[in-house]
Amino acid sequence: MIEPYLRSFEAFSANGGAAAPAWTRSLRLAAITRFETLGFPTTHNEDWHFTSVAPIVESTFSPLTHESGSVTAAQLTPFAFAEADWRTLVFVNGRYNASLSGGGELPDGVRVLPLAQAYDELPILLEAYMGKVASFDAHTFTALNTAFINDGAVVHVQQDIELARPIHLFFVSDAASAKRTAQPRNLIVIDRHAKATIVESYVGIGDSAYLTNAVTEAVVGEGATLTHLKLQQESASAYHVGTLDVRQARGSHLYSFSFATGGALSRTNIYTELRGEGGGATLNGLYLGNGAQLIDHQTRIEHVEPNCYSRELYKGILDGAAHGVFNGKVFVHPAAQKTDGKQTNNTLLLSERAQIDTKPQLEIFADDVKCTHGATVGRLDETALFYMKSRGINARTARELLTYAFAADVLETIDLDEVRHGLEAATLRRYTERT
Amino acid sequence: MLEIRDLHASVAGNEILRGITLSVDAGTVHAVMGPNGSGKSTLAQVLAGHPAYEVTGGTVMYNGEDLLAMAPEVRAQAGIFLAFQYPVEIPGVSNAYFLRAAYNELRRARGEEEIDPLRFADLMDEKMKLVEMDNSMLTRSVNTGFSGGEKKRNEILQMAVLEPKLAILDETDSGLDIDALRIVANGVNTLKKPANATIVVTHYQRLLNYIVPDFVHVLAGGRIVRSGGKDLALELEARGYDWLLEEAVA
Ligand SMILES: Nc1ncnc2c1ncn2[C@@H]1O[C@H](COP(=O)(O)OP(=O)(O)OP(=O)(O)O)[C@@H](O)[C@H]1O
Ligand SMILES: [Mg+2]
Repeated sequence: MIEPYLRSFEAFSANGGAAAPAWTRSLRLAAITRFETLGFPTTHNEDWHFTSVAPIVESTFSPLTHESGSVTAAQLTPFAFAEADWRTLVFVNGRYNASLSGGGELPDGVRVLPLAQAYDELPILLEAYMGKVASFDAHTFTALNTAFINDGAVVHVQQDIELARPIHLFFVSDAASAKRTAQPRNLIVIDRHAKATIVESYVGIGDSAYLTNAVTEAVVGEGATLTHLKLQQESASAYHVGTLDVRQARGSHLYSFSFATGGALSRTNIYTELRGEGGGATLNGLYLGNGAQLIDHQTRIEHVEPNCYSRELYKGILDGAAHGVFNGKVFVHPAAQKTDGKQTNNTLLLSERAQIDTKPQLEIFADDVKCTHGATVGRLDETALFYMKSRGINARTARELLTYAFAADVLETIDLDEVRHGLEAATLRRYTERT
Repeated sequence: MLEIRDLHASVAGNEILRGITLSVDAGTVHAVMGPNGSGKSTLAQVLAGHPAYEVTGGTVMYNGEDLLAMAPEVRAQAGIFLAFQYPVEIPGVSNAYFLRAAYNELRRARGEEEIDPLRFADLMDEKMKLVEMDNSMLTRSVNTGFSGGEKKRNEILQMAVLEPKLAILDETDSGLDIDALRIVANGVNTLKKPANATIVVTHYQRLLNYIVPDFVHVLAGGRIVRSGGKDLALELEARGYDWLLEEAVA
């Protein structure tokens, strides 16, 4: 049902969103028009073949355009990483919360601002990039997000600056978000030869059924490096659609990690376009599902220019009746000779009812390329289990250790110690303290 | 210590062991030799309790208990250790974590408390020196990306830490350079005590120069076709197996 959103848009345009600059208003208008045309995807849509969004369509979520909720710093602690020196922007139910935000000093030439402030302080940057990277032409949820652009984070790292500490964008939903939708819109611009790590967390406090529909656009300049860690730990009854859309210039590097454990239904889109020669992208991820959860990832790597690499390792552990989806698209354009691509998706099924739909999708229009993909779906390695038991490790511990190890193998690729250790500890707890 | 009587075992419906009888006393070293495919590893795996091998007949008693009725981990806790011919890689589990988990399980089985992590570090230092292994191997995933020789040395490290009563070495010497061979032999000999026993599966006499066996057995076609003293190994080295097989048939 799209009508309630159209009505909300009318109200939002007249009221909460009216303060934005003129270009934002025309962008939003174009987006709501596109949303109206596209409607919500059905499973006939190839990109949503394995994921039915019927639960989202049937329960209308009204947009959260004003401040709400009451989250305390203590409630954020379980999802934090002892990051006193990380600059952190906290958003509660989609709106920037100044009192929970703060942390580390930023060097000159680095700006980390909530959108409202960025309209005033970085108007040229915003107008240049917002809505230019994340196309809503074919993406309903991006169109909907764009129509309601209202709040989010803007990060700008100027040329040659290598940020020593990460920036944390922290999106929290609490009970006040029930039956409502937050649509954060973020923009990350890393200028040439600069380097930054951004952690984007989506967490739920308590358990309410809300919809997060987030879009992050990122522009990575020539020779620059962006590390982007997305951690999705929404409430068990929540819905989450999150898109990271990146545009990379010549010789730039992207390392992206998507950790997804929350939500009744979640869809993470990680897209990047390699628009200059050299450089490349590493997209890794880990999804852990249980109960009736559906956890969907779609990645898309566009090799537009020659001599770029792409590496993908997505792993998942599914228990109960959890359903995982992985769709990895790699497009190699005719000019993109010497592309070197590798994609791997491995899923461990811990129960009979758990299932995974994995679909590699390589479309190669250049002739001198090296692209491989592989997917495995399996149970625990019996040989390894026996090996551990033959050393005296009891059967249950052996299973737990192997399950953890399966995940640790991809968590190891996260360079940022605090996040790697945090996720390793959480994963170890999850698989070794079950009764 | 170990009494194997008329042991028959099959894998995937094929009978591999066809009546093995062997008795191993505490304080002794037994070498098991024999052509490829004769069932040496099968015997070793059956003793360790590998689920793919089905025991179809016979008995195995270990210190008066029915070994075949024990789960693999219980056998290990009772002091049996198999150094695998093909050690298994476990990506994501560090060697140190793995060793400590195994060590603590054995202690728990004996009713002892878990070892203090600092004391375990000291123990590891000592054992790493014994097998001349670099400390960096401890933080790496178990056997993952190890060279053939490193894997074998890692098996001996595990053995040195777990201090089994009955060690079964399945071709631990294959693929080792001469220094590694000495190190492995040294590891085995350090463990040698009147209360312990060792079964060494090997193709090569040269290992037996370092680990001197009390008995040598030749396995062929799933049976022990000849047993003797350490001189039998020398004879096999000189003459091969064919004469034995012919005698066995005759
Ligand atoms: N899992 C299995 N599935 C099918 N056949 C097997 C399996 N394991 C062993 N075999 C067969 O059993 C026979 C004995 O194998 P085993 O590994 O015990 O020989 P071996 O004496 O250790 O040989 P080698 O000297 O080459 O190590 C071989 O013919 C082998 O192919
Ligand atoms: Mg063998």
